[in-house]
Amino acid sequence: MIGIEHYVVVSSILFVLGVLGIFLNRKNVIVILMAIELILLAVNINLVAFSAFLGDLTGQIFAMFVLTVAAGEAAIGLAILVIYFRGRGTIAVDDVNRMKG
Amino acid sequence: MIQVLAFYLFAALTIASATLVIMARNPVHSVLWLIVAFFNAAGLMVLVGAEFIAMLLVIVYVGAVAVLFLFVVMMLDIDFAELRAGFVKNFPLGMLIAVVLAAELVLGIGAYRAGSLELGTPDGSAAPLLGKSNIESIGALLYTKYLFLFESAGIILLVAMIGAIVLTHRERKGTRPQIISKQVRRRPEDATVNVKPEVGQGVQL
Repeated sequence: MIGIEHYVVVSSILFVLGVLGIFLNRKNVIVILMAIELILLAVNINLVAFSAFLGDLTGQIFAMFVLTVAAGEAAIGLAILVIYFRGRGTIAVDDVNRMKG
Repeated sequence: MIQVLAFYLFAALTIASATLVIMARNPVHSVLWLIVAFFNAAGLMVLVGAEFIAMLLVIVYVGAVAVLFLFVVMMLDIDFAELRAGFVKNFPLGMLIAVVLAAELVLGIGAYRAGSLELGTPDGSAAPLLGKSNIESIGALLYTKYLFLFESAGIILLVAMIGAIVLTHRERKGTRPQIISKQVRRRPEDATVNVKPEVGQGVQL
């Protein structure tokens, strides 16, 4: 039978793939945002798996809140991306030095 | 048996499509693989009996987030080949960090039974209701104990929506927008005149 360890391993691999995606596509903001979505998906799988195996619904409630944050983050991130592209004509992250931070 | 098969199918497809999301040359393909990954993750959640979250994942992630990504990728005219320039250069460092992180996570999972870790709500107040479906149990918990958190989540979504609109809205030159105050200020007596013209005479406008 499938135990909770299997689910946790799947979600860990997904999390690591998301982190790897941020490192590999350092220039492309769109793929970085997608990698962040993968990380949040891994967190959701983890929360739901523990919730199901412990018989405790709190994990599923919090998975909904993670979903909320993911949706808001995608909307704001893509809006910033669109206005950045409008001003500069490119989305390369290396060129983001306007604020001299 | 069928559950084990389904688990390995969904898990393998989730991981394979997640790999393709970060490796694909074209970001449009990345978005499409992201959709596949979301569907398979929803399948994994159905397997553990969390139907509501699984359906929410399909509706919110596939229906809203992935389509938003697709819109933006297709709307912006970007030279994606140029953006992939550092891919090979970043590969060794990225793999090193990924392997270290994966090893740490696996060690952490192996050790989670070792300590006196208290998992779950001890008094059992968040347990699924007997004889009720998953969504009924979630609703009973969400609208009582987590009501204020639920409403805060709504406010977060509202703020995100207003923020996205304010950020991307722009005044364009050369258009003739609606001026609502001017429309509201207009009265019938200023705008129309009632005249009874004599036969054969013209009307003074």
